[in-house]
Amino acid sequence: MRRYLLNRAWQSLLTLLLATVVVFLGVRALPGDPALALAGEDRTPEALQAIREQYGLDQSLPVQFWHFVTNALQGDLGTSIRTGVSVSSMLRTALPVTIELAVFAILIAIFLGVGTGVVAAVRRGRPSEWMANAFALFGLSVPHFWLGLIAILYLSVASGLFPASGFVPLLQDPVDNLHHLVLPAVILGTGLSAVIMRQTRSSMLDSLSTDYVRTAEAKGLGPLAVIGRHALRNSLIVVVTIVGLQLGGLISGAVVTEQIFGLPGFGKMTIDAVFQRDYPVIQGVILVTATAYILINFAVDLLYSLIDPRVRVAGEMS
Amino acid sequence: MTVETVETVETAETVETQTQGRPESSQRVRVIRRLLRNPLAVVSFTALAVALVVAALAPWLAPYAPEQTDFANTFAPPGTAGHLLGTDDLGRDVLSRIILGTRASLEVGVLAVATAMFIGVPLGLAAGYFRAADSLISRFTDLLLAFPFLILAVGLAAIRGASLGNAAVAIGISQIPGVIRIVRSDTFRLKSLDFVAAAVVDGASDLWVLSRHILPNATSVVLVQATVAIPAAILGEAVLSFLGLGIQPPAPSLGTMLANAQQFAARAPWAAVLPGVVIMVLALAFNVFGDSLRDALDPKASRR
Repeated sequence: MRRYLLNRAWQSLLTLLLATVVVFLGVRALPGDPALALAGEDRTPEALQAIREQYGLDQSLPVQFWHFVTNALQGDLGTSIRTGVSVSSMLRTALPVTIELAVFAILIAIFLGVGTGVVAAVRRGRPSEWMANAFALFGLSVPHFWLGLIAILYLSVASGLFPASGFVPLLQDPVDNLHHLVLPAVILGTGLSAVIMRQTRSSMLDSLSTDYVRTAEAKGLGPLAVIGRHALRNSLIVVVTIVGLQLGGLISGAVVTEQIFGLPGFGKMTIDAVFQRDYPVIQGVILVTATAYILINFAVDLLYSLIDPRVRVAGEMS
Repeated sequence: MTVETVETVETAETVETQTQGRPESSQRVRVIRRLLRNPLAVVSFTALAVALVVAALAPWLAPYAPEQTDFANTFAPPGTAGHLLGTDDLGRDVLSRIILGTRASLEVGVLAVATAMFIGVPLGLAAGYFRAADSLISRFTDLLLAFPFLILAVGLAAIRGASLGNAAVAIGISQIPGVIRIVRSDTFRLKSLDFVAAAVVDGASDLWVLSRHILPNATSVVLVQATVAIPAAILGEAVLSFLGLGIQPPAPSLGTMLANAQQFAARAPWAAVLPGVVIMVLALAFNVFGDSLRDALDPKASRR
């Protein structure tokens, strides 16, 4: 167990280091003088020189990389060249919005995905299986940002049921906050649920044909107890992993959803930065995303190994 | 080599055809016959064929040039004489833009998946075949996974500018891990089969075994992976173009059409609804056909 954990920790650290190198080199791969790009509007020789010194662009690459990493570790991700605000303080205001959206979306996705997945596996050959499968197929094929547009068109603009855009902080007014987040979270959540549904379905089918489920049935347990306490519990292990792997999709999805619903989160910050060519912000956003992805997946792996003893053993053997 | 020792019937078939020189011809007939018996497969394949023909002949099929504006005829509803699906805010013909947009979507879809396959298949083969390469390649996969496709696209757009090609590359790169994983596990499975062992004993080189024995037998999983990766790439292109990170207006793309229509969706809902429907139908056709193909290639997996 300890060896597995150490091994995974080392792998995550290595990936994180590589990701940092990629982000670092990415900014240096900008065409032309990076100082020019970082300077924004003010392109006097003095300003350029100041930027070269500020970012250490006159130093060798390894030295620059060292500064980049040590600064990032201290929470210094640079400063926006458009607003002069530090990237980390921009993140502090934007991330809570995105995290709240993401948490709601994941909950909706798990609820819908696991629910339809179980139905499809248990009610084989019935109309409800067919409907659950159709739900997943549509979920994989619908452009969800388009569903968002349609929802705004018919549920917000036409009928006024939900606000079309904007955000109210949770602490300021929890009810209004939820009201603003319902539509975006449902749109983002249904998008993720299709993949969860398919995984739940196939792992439920596997579980249902195992000996312990047959034993439980033979013992005379009712179908609810067999499905809920035995088969589903085992399948949830798979769902945990899928949610970890879907994190990339969740981040991408959140960016689009925020853009459509005008939520002032991480995604909007990212897209604005691209169009304003705000390179320090882009660099910070990419670095934070990669770090979050790696850390959360490490956490998922830990969780996974705690739930499922087979993983620990397999990890020790490799 | 004895076929009896092979565990499953499906793999025995592959082994048989492999030794008979003409690979898979009989299996291919069987797969096609199974597909023809499945109405969903036939319908989805027909839809895909129509989409491909429309895309190929797009410039000739479109009644108007997609960028041609007509300010006397803005916001014409569907059914207006001369504009079957109506016009947008600049009086551009929605049908013509959808036709050209479909072409762009398929282009990005195929380009992205080709990129993913070109890099992913060799790496997947190597990871499944050479133990030493496996951990190195899985670090590479971990690294790629840490950059979600939208974040990759943001980075690429920042460095190289937004374009159809860069969108395709960003989507393709993000699909590499999936291709590696699937090819790797199939290589792993094939490696342990008797006909590969026989070839190794026979003195065949690693390259020979990989290219002549493992790759031909892995084509079916690669094919199924492609049919699910292409619709994902089409949706990805729509997202990127919608955000302005993909195809640049005024060039027609289903995603940019939606971005544009967002501004006047209440006034001209058809311009906001139709491109989305087309994206959905395209993706649905690929996904349904992919599911049918997987079932036809491996009937046991679906009956399980």
